[in-house]
Amino acid sequence: MPPPSPHSCRGRIVSIHLLDRFRALLLAILLISACVVPTLAGPFEDAVAKFANDDFSDTDEAVGVVATSGNPLAFPIISALQDGRLSADPDSKKVFVTGTDGKIIDAATGAAVDKLPDNAAAVRLNNRLRRTVEAALGGLTLLSPDPAKRIAAAQSVFKSHDENALPVIDGALAKETNRAVKAAFTEARAAILLYKTDATEVEKLEAVAVVKARGDQEAMALLTGLGSDVPPNVARAATSAIASIQSNLAMWSMVQNAWYGLSLGSVLLLAAIGLAITFGVMGVINMAHGEMVMIGAYVTFVVQEVIRTRYPGLFDYSLLIAVPLAFLVAGALGVLIERSIIRFLYGRPLETLLATWGLSLVLQQAVRTMFGPTNREVGNPSWMSGAFELGQITITYNRLWILCFTLAVFVILLAMLRYTALGLEMRAVTQNRRMAASMGIATSRVDALTFGLGSGIAGIAGVALSQIDNVSPNLGQSYIIDSFMVVVFGGVGNLWGTLVGAFTLGIANKFLEPVAGAVLGKIAILVLIILFIQKRPRGLFALKGRAVEA
Amino acid sequence: MPHVLTRSLDRGASIFILVVAGLGVLIPLSNLLLPAGSALQVPTYLVALFGKYACYAILALSIDLIWGYCGILSLGHGAFFALGGYAMGMYLMRQIGSRGVYGNPILPDFMVFLNYPKLPWYWHGFDMFWFAALMVLLVPGLLAFCFGWLAFRSRVTGVYLSIITQAMTYALLLAFFRNDFGFGGNNGLTDFKDILGFNVQAEGTRAALFALSCLALILAFLICRAVVTSKLGKVLIAVRDAESRTRFLGYRVESYKLFVFTLSACMAGVAGALYVPQVGIINPSEFAPGNSIEAVIWVAVGGRGTLVGAALGAVVVNYAKTYFTSGPLAPYWLFMLGALFILVTLMLPKGIVGTFTTWRESRKATELANADSADLEDGVGEPKPAE
Repeated sequence: MPPPSPHSCRGRIVSIHLLDRFRALLLAILLISACVVPTLAGPFEDAVAKFANDDFSDTDEAVGVVATSGNPLAFPIISALQDGRLSADPDSKKVFVTGTDGKIIDAATGAAVDKLPDNAAAVRLNNRLRRTVEAALGGLTLLSPDPAKRIAAAQSVFKSHDENALPVIDGALAKETNRAVKAAFTEARAAILLYKTDATEVEKLEAVAVVKARGDQEAMALLTGLGSDVPPNVARAATSAIASIQSNLAMWSMVQNAWYGLSLGSVLLLAAIGLAITFGVMGVINMAHGEMVMIGAYVTFVVQEVIRTRYPGLFDYSLLIAVPLAFLVAGALGVLIERSIIRFLYGRPLETLLATWGLSLVLQQAVRTMFGPTNREVGNPSWMSGAFELGQITITYNRLWILCFTLAVFVILLAMLRYTALGLEMRAVTQNRRMAASMGIATSRVDALTFGLGSGIAGIAGVALSQIDNVSPNLGQSYIIDSFMVVVFGGVGNLWGTLVGAFTLGIANKFLEPVAGAVLGKIAILVLIILFIQKRPRGLFALKGRAVEA
Repeated sequence: MPHVLTRSLDRGASIFILVVAGLGVLIPLSNLLLPAGSALQVPTYLVALFGKYACYAILALSIDLIWGYCGILSLGHGAFFALGGYAMGMYLMRQIGSRGVYGNPILPDFMVFLNYPKLPWYWHGFDMFWFAALMVLLVPGLLAFCFGWLAFRSRVTGVYLSIITQAMTYALLLAFFRNDFGFGGNNGLTDFKDILGFNVQAEGTRAALFALSCLALILAFLICRAVVTSKLGKVLIAVRDAESRTRFLGYRVESYKLFVFTLSACMAGVAGALYVPQVGIINPSEFAPGNSIEAVIWVAVGGRGTLVGAALGAVVVNYAKTYFTSGPLAPYWLFMLGALFILVTLMLPKGIVGTFTTWRESRKATELANADSADLEDGVGEPKPAE
């Protein structure tokens, strides 16, 4: 690490960054000089002087020579050329590099220069040259000590399949020990050979096989871009490779849709599961359910704000703190609502619907007054941000965590209803209120707690949804209709129905989307549910029994 | 026919009709004949506003007809209102002709803007008023018929029906927001010029539209009244109070429900069609589920099951909305509306008119009882005949 400098923080970061680059470069030079014959100073300096000619083909030539020269100045020169920091004096044929820190050096010798000559002008580029420069830079970073950078460089070579990079790739490949990087290098090499006019047919066939094994969109682009001037055998191999990649991609896009569907299903389930309790078990239509979700999201926001200002180190635990808090806040609010409004409306579902809708307006406006109408920033903790690749699809950690979290909530809730005393009382009151009361169950207390439980779970859902959705006063509204659809589709009074309903709707939605578009897909789902309810008015998993009409 | 409509008009209904008819005549006259600035002159913007209230009152009547008398709580009646509005909007768009920004004689501006090669098939015929007027009734009616036929036949009732009607209007909301749906997408239809050759912005047209809205309100009231006081209405009330029992008595419950649901949707469509030229725009936000629920609360406030109450509730709530949202109290309007929902359902389940009627009847009963007991205590005279 460099000694702490008196610069501003930002300046120091830049200088560290530069130092890293130089160190990388030095290593690269060492590697190159180990395998490539050391070049003489003469051609490098001649090449550098060509930048001053202000002629595109000369610049092109110069880039090629400089990039393969192995000179320590090659990287600064070419990156300066890319950023327009390379300037040349047409009279003295001297070329200068202005560093990102403003220091100026002579490009040929590396000697520091005080100021640019008066008639020095930036070396110009055209689009073709820009590609060459990019490829040359890619070649230079192929030898970076950081494996991720090497892979990125190999990818850019794979896309550009620039013949000039072949010697560097070959050299790097021989030295490479990291398996992933090695694979990337092999693919890059195959891409170059595929397009190299003087490569043998065997080489090309091997290259097709390698590219086929890669099997993604870029591989297909590479193969379809192949001209007609290839040997017929190679063309045939390429065609079959394209077909196989296509079917492979189709398979992966199915997997991708299924994953998106599972992810959407988990969000729906999370939003609907609390409703399944209040609507499904108690028969109470709670239109303010979405607002409970929103309140959970705002609890997360408040927790994160407190952590940010007081205990920044705890940020990664913010969600763990928010989950029980959101449950308590939303649950307490739920009990309050049940005691003050809902209990007067039992047996009058339509009135309950209207009263809770009014309540949702009040809650929304209250949050809008307290926190403002705009979206509030809720951050992802480090363990929830980022993504990993599984085959051809990308899975983000936050979606994966939400799926796991949803299933955990579902299992806990199921166990709670099955094995705890409160769960037993809840089921008893649901099945036969009067008989339960006769057995000594305090039904009104159970009602309040059940409603509180449903609301609390909505609060927990809010914590999870704050990670993937905008936290605004309207957050709940966007889920309420979907949640009702899930519960109605799945069947009232049955948590398993809710689970199946949520995932069916999620997956169906995501499979319809590529065919019909996002909005039409959603409309199609709504219409299908409306038609489905005609067929099975009580949902997928209807409660059987005599209680047809309450 | 007039006999059917005017049969059994009680005092409340007569007062209602007289008041609406009086306003429908006096307000336009005051607007047109009195000089601007005079204390008694009703400004044009108020005429348009009152016209809007009259349309809302028709919508409230249509909801009360099914909710108050048949127990069907539709949370998607805003959709029928908006469909009627769109049918009228399409006629008004076609009337613009070459006066649009792009000057295309056939295509409305948004279609030129979105590169429509020709008029979509469902826009044909809307240049004729009679066709548009027919569609105002037919489109909402047909949708309600299909929807109701499916729903009532499978005995989807109560909150389930409420939720799927809400899903229906939500699906339409999403559909009409799409640009390629051919109804102007997000911006909807606006910038109207003429209706039947009269300038929609002109004072005379506005006054005439207001008078027409009042007439439509009276007609809707009479039709609803005719329905609910007939034998059919008795069956509807029976369905509301005990659906299974009515079915077991041999009535085809679903046919009754379907008829009244479709009739109500047509009325909502007419309300929407009168609404659009007066406010000058129709856009997809009219389909928002919130709007439909708000319309239900007008009925609840006024008194469900009383036709006068529904119309009164629509006017009262909307007047309050105009008053509060235009003043410094605007941020609190949603609190008030929300509180209104809660308080009305908890404290005033019969609404204003229902509560008033009950109160008056109970007072009469006590008066009678008092008079009776007084007579008895005095021990003279005969009990008065009950009124």
